[in-house]
Amino acid sequence: MVNVSDSKNYKVIGTNPIRHDGYDKVTGRAVYGADIKLPGLIWASIVRSPHAHAVLKSVDTSAAEKVDGVFAVMTGKDLPHLADSWIDHGEGTENVAWSSENIMATKKVLYKGHAVAAVAAKDRYVADYAASKIKVEYEELESVTNVEDATKEGAPILLEDLVGDHIGKKVEKTNIASVTRHEFGDPDKAFQDAEHVVERTFTLQMVHQGYIEPHNATATWDEEGRVKVWTSTQGAFPVRTSTAAILDMDVSKVKVTPLEIGGGFGGKIPIYLEPVCATLSKKSGRPVKAVMERSNVFQASGPAPGGTITVKMGTDKNGKLIAADTSIKLEAGGFPGAAVGAAVQCIFAPYEIANTRIDGYDIVVNKPKSAAYRAPGSPQAAFATETVVNELADLHGMDPVDFRLLNASKEGTRRADGVVFPVIGNEEVLDAAKASDHWKSELGTPMKGRIRGRGVASGYWFNVGLKSTVNLTVNTDGVVALVEGSTDIGGTRTSISMQAAEILGIPATDFRPTVGDTETAGYADVTGGSRTTYATGFAAVKAAENLIEVLKERCSIIWSLDKQDIDFENGTFFATKDPELKFTFKQLAANLDSTGGPAASSGSVDLESAGGAFGTHIVDLDVDPDTGKTDIVRYTAVQDVGTVIYPAYCRGNIQGGVVQGIGWGLNEEYFMKDDGSQANTSYLDYRMPTALDMPNIDVIMVEKPNPGHPFGVRGVGEVPICPPIAAIGDALHDALGKRFYDAPMKPGRILNVLGKISD
Amino acid sequence: MATDKIHVKTTINGRPEEFLTDPYVSLLDALREIVGLTGSKEGCLDGNCGACTVNVNGRIVDSCLVLAAEVDGQKVETVEGMASADGLHPLQQAFLEEAALQCGICTPGFLVASKGLLDNEPNPSEGRIRHWLAGNLCRCTGYENIIKAVKKAAENS
Repeated sequence: MVNVSDSKNYKVIGTNPIRHDGYDKVTGRAVYGADIKLPGLIWASIVRSPHAHAVLKSVDTSAAEKVDGVFAVMTGKDLPHLADSWIDHGEGTENVAWSSENIMATKKVLYKGHAVAAVAAKDRYVADYAASKIKVEYEELESVTNVEDATKEGAPILLEDLVGDHIGKKVEKTNIASVTRHEFGDPDKAFQDAEHVVERTFTLQMVHQGYIEPHNATATWDEEGRVKVWTSTQGAFPVRTSTAAILDMDVSKVKVTPLEIGGGFGGKIPIYLEPVCATLSKKSGRPVKAVMERSNVFQASGPAPGGTITVKMGTDKNGKLIAADTSIKLEAGGFPGAAVGAAVQCIFAPYEIANTRIDGYDIVVNKPKSAAYRAPGSPQAAFATETVVNELADLHGMDPVDFRLLNASKEGTRRADGVVFPVIGNEEVLDAAKASDHWKSELGTPMKGRIRGRGVASGYWFNVGLKSTVNLTVNTDGVVALVEGSTDIGGTRTSISMQAAEILGIPATDFRPTVGDTETAGYADVTGGSRTTYATGFAAVKAAENLIEVLKERCSIIWSLDKQDIDFENGTFFATKDPELKFTFKQLAANLDSTGGPAASSGSVDLESAGGAFGTHIVDLDVDPDTGKTDIVRYTAVQDVGTVIYPAYCRGNIQGGVVQGIGWGLNEEYFMKDDGSQANTSYLDYRMPTALDMPNIDVIMVEKPNPGHPFGVRGVGEVPICPPIAAIGDALHDALGKRFYDAPMKPGRILNVLGKISD
Repeated sequence: MATDKIHVKTTINGRPEEFLTDPYVSLLDALREIVGLTGSKEGCLDGNCGACTVNVNGRIVDSCLVLAAEVDGQKVETVEGMASADGLHPLQQAFLEEAALQCGICTPGFLVASKGLLDNEPNPSEGRIRHWLAGNLCRCTGYENIIKAVKKAAENS
């Protein structure tokens, strides 16, 4: 392998070329999932449960079938009845039987918005009208929408056939799908020896990823028994796996073409519409498209779990953390699978603590089945841990950054769930935060009638590796076509091409990258886990190195030399024994046709984690003690990003994650009504940050290269959403003198904590 | 659902267009499904995200909240009308240079809305830009690069 990790003399890496898909995306020419047009296309509309919990008694589709313009109608009974079986997407597993029931219920509805039937018609308006004619009979049941209610004695049981695994014990008639425990040392004894112990219980509400593009899918089912899907997804191959499993067919019967994706943040890994459109296509003989309404994106896709987290931490007299204990209870939604496993891995990761116990609970509730959302489980965990850490720093009279430095995890530290850290940049990030202009600056004067406070918090994500493939083909003009299977959700065509460009010594603009379909591209796991620039970039490096070998052969033909007498450096092929014999990449490309034709190569990887990354955030905010209104006035995000490949997008990714975290901390939540339904199902009421709400976000990128990647790429996208909730809580404490243990810290909650209004 | 279709004669991006539409069809759906211009995006269908922003007679509107039949005799401009034979509009160029898009789904709406601002106010302050664009949601960028791009375009045009 070309080892370039010690060289900082990069020509392409660290520059900001215009992204390859940029022109299409600023002109409206880019084809997103909902933009696909196929001959004979018809539209689907889905009938959804108005109840949060009910037995599905009957579905009568006869009136809908008679509506003019209707082509086909289906219910859950039209999907194959599947036994429990588990498939692994790399980032999370799914039980296909549950996924099928989630896509269309046959027995019970488990949340408001749960699909029960669908109709395909000539356009979406007729489809919606016909869907309204479908008569569904329900037997309503009591619903539970939070972890406390779901685990009370006598709580209604969501899944009658669920057998819970409670630390190895099989438990029936439970809403607790699993309880896990990780224990090291003797935390109980260590707490007895501790100088200070702080124990707090935190609550968080379900939140949505909020991607602007609704879920969509278009499918055909042809006479050969093959299904073709066009969709916006974080992974075409995982969509193929899930769709094939739910339709009970071999993966190669399904072809998935990924179209441009309008945001995902983890929420576009699961599928919702693909098997429905395929089944309606089988029944109608037409291509069928579905686009979810926004209210159903909230109610029936895969938001991030709320829950209850208790964290207890203890220090010795010097402020060294000696014990930590936590119970993490997250709401999975209607089917098991909250991000509790990831929360367990993250919750104490920034710290070196000898005695730890971590209990994780996966609890089903009558809400949509939760899915990944940017560092799934970690922001919730960080809110709890970081708040307790700030309280302990206060008790010791220590600067909170110094307290973190004293306790920081580093290479060789055992993470509380057992993993030993490789090279990580936690301490470097804290040093950079401490040295930042923001941390050293005065707080300044608040707006009139406001009180200003400053807060700090850290966060962690483990940055996955997984499988990726990149294929390269050289055109005779020296331009390289690059085909890969990783969804480009915000600049990765370019960050991947840049790595191959660096190896080949040509500009990134000499690449034509394509995100291929499942029959064009080599296999790739989801774009998730902050893995794409790391893992697919690694595959691109391998493909480029393999291409150099192919091209050396061509030189050997042209110069009649042995291949071993040909070398490649700085974009030039040359004969080691004759300096007159040399080709630039472009010159050699022009000679391909006379030396054997196409030059192509491939690179594949199956990687371990990139080693994980840490961030520390500093926030200044102004809070109005009379109204509870909070404005962020200054924000600095410090993060270890490994080696920066594409700085503008690395920085932008961090800024976007911060703003999502600010929304989570200040006002985003699923506001649940007593009947188990969500009250705020539009963007008007589910209030995400706007341009008017946000300040500029300063980003300090700390580069601690990952030794497991040829350029040191570590992964970027998820860490930035972890610290903001706790950082905001800390700043509110600084301003108001009160700690906040419940998110979001919305105006009403702030006034409540100040004793100005009751709950 | 049986209705008589309405004949709409309008101007889209400077070109005369005519089409038949059911009376209940939104301008967004007519642009996307009838006229074939899919640059305007559906994000929410209730006027809260701005991804479908188009310009009608000099005013920016959420095209999901306008009926197709209402633009009879009006002038409609969409993202597809921004670039010309000479190249990208300065806003489009600035969005590329400033990395003002990540997934890009909100970008057409931001571009049309921003053009609506710069057409009338060539040198807006940052506060004015943030206020003007508060009706357009972006979930990827955190807005800073979008604001920078609009400022840059204002300086370059």
